[in-house]
Amino acid sequence: MITLTHFLALGAILFSLGVAGIFLNRKNVILLLMAIELMLLAVNMNFVAFSHYLDDLAGQVFVFFILTVSAAEAAIGLAILVVLYRVRQTINVQDLESLKG
Amino acid sequence: MDSLNSDVLLALPEIALLAATSAVLLISLYAGRASEALAYWLSLAALAITAVLVDFTSMQPELFAFGEMYINDPLAVAIKLFACLTVATVFIYARPYLRQREHARAEFYILGLFATLGTLVMASAHNFVLVYLGLELLSLCLYALVVFERDSSDASEAAIKYFVLGAIASGMLLYGMSILYGLTGSLDLAEIHAYLGNRGTDSVALVFALAFIVVGLAFKFGAVPFHMWMPDVYQGAPTAITLFIATMPKLAAFVMAIRLLSNGLQELLTDWQQMLIILTVLSVVFGNVIAIAQSNIKRMLAYSAISHIGFILLGILSGSAFGYAAALFYTVIYVLMAAGTFGVLSLLAQPGRDLDRLVDLKGLGSYNPWFALIMLLLMFSMAGVPLTVGFYAKLYILQSLIHDGMLWLAILAILMSVVGAFYYLRVVKYMYFDDADEQFRLQRSPLAHTVLSVNGLLVVALFIFPNALLNYCMQVLN
Repeated sequence: MITLTHFLALGAILFSLGVAGIFLNRKNVILLLMAIELMLLAVNMNFVAFSHYLDDLAGQVFVFFILTVSAAEAAIGLAILVVLYRVRQTINVQDLESLKG
Repeated sequence: MDSLNSDVLLALPEIALLAATSAVLLISLYAGRASEALAYWLSLAALAITAVLVDFTSMQPELFAFGEMYINDPLAVAIKLFACLTVATVFIYARPYLRQREHARAEFYILGLFATLGTLVMASAHNFVLVYLGLELLSLCLYALVVFERDSSDASEAAIKYFVLGAIASGMLLYGMSILYGLTGSLDLAEIHAYLGNRGTDSVALVFALAFIVVGLAFKFGAVPFHMWMPDVYQGAPTAITLFIATMPKLAAFVMAIRLLSNGLQELLTDWQQMLIILTVLSVVFGNVIAIAQSNIKRMLAYSAISHIGFILLGILSGSAFGYAAALFYTVIYVLMAAGTFGVLSLLAQPGRDLDRLVDLKGLGSYNPWFALIMLLLMFSMAGVPLTVGFYAKLYILQSLIHDGMLWLAILAILMSVVGAFYYLRVVKYMYFDDADEQFRLQRSPLAHTVLSVNGLLVVALFIFPNALLNYCMQVLN
C-alpha cells in the first residue's frame, strides 16, 4: 500500500537532490538549470499528493501554474546562458568569479 | 454578473497596466527609430493611469475579489501607489544613462512595467498562488533586466548568479507552501490563519514549513546568510538597472513578508520571530562591517542595502502593528534614498564608463556642488544623521523594538549604525576634501535633474514633517 508518507518522502528526496545538485556542482551551468527543475518538480509531487489525499483540487491547479512558470523560467535561464557563453566562451561554474570583494 | 463586475472593477489597475504594457510592446515594435522615446512617454502615462485607478479602487466598498484570491486593503493601495511613483522616478533617472550608452531600447521600459505589474499582483495577493505568480513575474523581469547590456561580461555573470539563487529561493518558498497546504488544506491566507487559530500551532511540521518560507523570503530580501547575489548583481548590472533593482523590488519584498507572515502565519509569531532575529542580527552586523572594505561604490551600497534590509526586518519581527508601520516607513524612506543615490551615480556615468569606484567621486563637491550636496544629504540620511529623515526611520524601528522588550537588539542596531556611518562619511570625505582626478560630467536632462533635486530635498523635508507619512503607514497597517 502506497501512502501519503511515501509520496512525501519521494518529494523530499527529489528536492534534496535538487538542492544538493546546485551546491555540489562545480562544472556546468546547464546542470544547475536541471537541478532547479528537479526542485520545482519535487514541489509539484508534494502538491499533487496532498491534493489527492485532501480531496481538494486547488493543489493540482497550483501545479499547472508552477509548470507554466517554470517553463518561462527555463526560457529566461537558457537565454542568459546563451549570452554568458557568447561573451565568455565558457559555461563552467568555476569560471564565474570575476565579481568579488 | 454583478459580482464579476465588481471583481473586474477592483482589479482595474492591474488590468489597465497589463493592457497598457502590451500596447507599448506592440507600438514600439512598429515605431522604428522613435520607439524608445515613444515607449518612455507611454510608460510614464501608463504608470500615471495605473496610479489614478489605484486611487479609484481604494474608494470601492468591497475588500475581496475573485473568490477571496485578491484583496484590496489599504496596504495594497499604499504599496501600489509607492511602486508606480518609484518606477516612474526610476525611468526618468535611467533614460539619459541608457541613451548615452546606445542601450536605449524600448525593452527596458516594457520589462520595467511588467515587473511593476508583478509587484501590483503581489500587493493584492491573498492566496499562495497569487503570491507566487506575482513574485515570479517580478523576478523573471529582473533577471532579464540585469543582462540588458548584452555584451557585458560582468552583467552576464551577475545575471546567471541572480537567476540560479532566485530560482532556489522560489523553490524553497514553494516547498514551504506545499507543506503548509498539506497541513492546513488550503492555499488561502485567511483560511490558513483561521486553521492555525483553531487547531493550535504545536506541530513540528508547521515550523519545518515555516523555515522554508522564511528562507525563501530572506533570499528575495537579500538578508544574510542568503545575500550572496546582492553584491554581485548590484556591481555587475549597469547602473540604471541597479537603480531599478535597488528600489521597487524592496517594496514588493516588504508586502510579501507582511502577506505571508502577518496575514497568513501571525499565529506562528514566536517561531518566525526567532528566525528573523538571527537574520537581522547577521544582516545588520555583516552588511555594515563588510561594506567598509569595499572600493566599488555599487558593491558598497549593496552591503549597505543588506544592513537596511536588516532594519526593515527588525520592524517586522516585533509582530505588532506599530512595528509593521515602522518597517513600511523605513522601506519607503529607503527606497527614496536608494533611488536618489543610484540616480546621482547613473546621471554621472560617462559613455563606456560607469562611475563605480569610490575614488571616482573625488572632488565632486568642487566641480558639481549642487549634486554633491544632494549626495551628501542622501548619505547622511542613509547613516541616520538628524536633519535627514533616515534618522526618524531608524528611530521608529528602535522604538518598536524597545516597546516589545527587545532592548539588546535595539542597542546592537544602534552600535552597527555607528559603524555604518563610517563608510557613508567616507563618501562625503571623497566628495569634499579630495581633489578630482577626473571630472564626471553630468548628463543633460532637465527633467531628471529636477526630480533628483526634489528627491534629495525630500529627505530634509520629511525630517521636518515625518508625521504625515508615519500616520499614513500606521493607518495602512491597522
